[in-house]
Amino acid sequence: MNIHEYQAKQIFRDAGIPVPPGEIASTAAQAEAIARKYGGTVVVKAQVHAGGRGKAGGVKLAKSPEEARDVAEKILRLTIKDLPVQKVLVTPAADIDTEAYVGVIVDRASKRAVFMVSPAGGIDIEEVAASTPEKIMRHPVDPRYGLQPYEAMEMGFFLYDDVKKARAAAKIMQQLYAAFVKSGASLAEINPLVTTPAGDVVALDAKMVVDDNELDRLPQVAALRDESSEAPSEVDARNANLTFIKLDGNVGCVVNGAGLAMATMDLVKYYGGEPANFLDIGGSSNPEKVVNALRIITADPSVKAILFNIFGGITRTDDVANGIVTATKQNPLTVPIVIRLTGTNEEIALRILQENGFSAMTDMDEAVKKAVSLATGKAA
Amino acid sequence: MSIFIDNSTRLLVQGITGRDGSFHARQMMEYGTHVVGGVTPGKGGQKFDEKTPIFNTVERAVAETGANTTVIYVPPMFAADAMMEAADAGIALIVCITEGVPVLDMTRVYPFVKEKGARLLGPNCPGLISPGKSKVGIIPGRICTPGPIGLVSRSGTLTYEVVFQMTRAGMGQTTCVGIGGDPINGTNFIDCLEAFEADPETESVVMIGEIGGTDEQEAAKFVKEKMKKPVVGFIAGQTAPPGRRMGHAGAIISGSAGTAAEKMQAFEDNGIGVAKRPIDVVQLLRR
Repeated sequence: MNIHEYQAKQIFRDAGIPVPPGEIASTAAQAEAIARKYGGTVVVKAQVHAGGRGKAGGVKLAKSPEEARDVAEKILRLTIKDLPVQKVLVTPAADIDTEAYVGVIVDRASKRAVFMVSPAGGIDIEEVAASTPEKIMRHPVDPRYGLQPYEAMEMGFFLYDDVKKARAAAKIMQQLYAAFVKSGASLAEINPLVTTPAGDVVALDAKMVVDDNELDRLPQVAALRDESSEAPSEVDARNANLTFIKLDGNVGCVVNGAGLAMATMDLVKYYGGEPANFLDIGGSSNPEKVVNALRIITADPSVKAILFNIFGGITRTDDVANGIVTATKQNPLTVPIVIRLTGTNEEIALRILQENGFSAMTDMDEAVKKAVSLATGKAA
Repeated sequence: MSIFIDNSTRLLVQGITGRDGSFHARQMMEYGTHVVGGVTPGKGGQKFDEKTPIFNTVERAVAETGANTTVIYVPPMFAADAMMEAADAGIALIVCITEGVPVLDMTRVYPFVKEKGARLLGPNCPGLISPGKSKVGIIPGRICTPGPIGLVSRSGTLTYEVVFQMTRAGMGQTTCVGIGGDPINGTNFIDCLEAFEADPETESVVMIGEIGGTDEQEAAKFVKEKMKKPVVGFIAGQTAPPGRRMGHAGAIISGSAGTAAEKMQAFEDNGIGVAKRPIDVVQLLRR
């Protein structure tokens, strides 16, 4: 789960990390009022779950409250990577001496949380990693002991020669690690971590991604989810316990299992079609899930054919068949449907489908070809 | 022969009285797996289906039954503890089916299990099966048949699809292993490839990967440098749009690392036959 910059900043603040003040505005007038309160130059930042906000025009300086209003007006009209900007963060502009990068991420290779720090901050860290890898220090953290002070100092000195700044940065890293663990994060990032002319070390930006698997035991973190900033179809699917991602094609896909779902999309493309979505109904299916899946898929007007590909293991194919029957009785289909199912309780499923006027196939390639030809009007 | 499990496997089921645990315990018994006991705290002393003893702790179960393998079907928030308990009790092979285990839990479980000298498969995996001998997990037994091909996969139902097509084409399996799609898992491709290379009955190997991470690329290098047996591979997610998460935590593409194209290229560069469709695995194995 992604959380907004302003939410991540609050988590950082609570952990003791120095973060500049800031307030949220959802209208230009609010942004103006906040800028007036702070006085001086402010930064207006789009709060949206997308990287590259700056490049997209979502981060702007404003020298007066009036300018803050104008800038906020423009940013609140932006759509960044398909996501409409609904809120902006207004924060006093900081005097910056240097910009560094500090991040912690769960790393598959070392199977630990790993710190990545770089004195070359403020820009895309992947670019730094590619062009000047010597400017990045990586440090895996032993989960049994956490980040020890000497480890944090080693990274602090990698960023700053001055001991006072190194010590301040080290303290921030320990606080960041604590916030990371406490929030069940899979990524936490400060980019940039800046030094000011007064010699302070401050987190100017904040990013955090929370592991979805943590949300059940961390209700206060789960409450940070902002559904208004996500695609409505994806919110709907999540609430129905489905994994759904909308794509641009016209073959609607309903599959059990992420790997098979991706392989099905690949096969749609292989036979000359375009998948309209990724949709995984998951393991233990019940008819209700199938009803929801069909509702979500048929809501997309570009879908010209629906393809079910179910390989029953834990999933009972008769549950899926019952779901298809129930859903189509409630809302008769306006586009053709191709059903491929095999596995657990296959005989019962086929009987249910036949009794209700559906035919089913058992071969994946044949089913995909048929769905593609129905969607495109051409033989695949 | 086979890898990791065979007729000598003596299995415990952690969470045997739960919905999934009880269903699959019966399926495994039906397949012929020696299920020697179950573990559900508070139900020690009872019997599952009037025959299999249930214990309060894994330690007790091991002492009483001589179990050497366990399969875990407990809810995600209890899975880390279940894995550690099994490792501490001296179980050699721990198979965790549970989906949704927090990744930070796994950062603690992984080194713990290693220190105890156990092998962990999963979490979030379908388990494994040595056709005709033993099955541990949820892979449907009827789609498999004994034979000379080893299979290792990061996926669940896609594995079934490929195994099913192999079986239909008369290509049997020594062992099929689902390593799971989570970012931190106990056993990776290379562990399985190494075991298949050492298994005298395995003649060739199928490897099924997904977008995300670099495990397949590293495995491809291993195949070229360390393996004599032929390997064919398939990667799911060739049409996945970059930067989107497709269900598995493992299926994340970040930047250029981990795309299907990159992995298929790594396969090709290291002498692994690349299947464009699942059915092509069968064609490639025929060669």
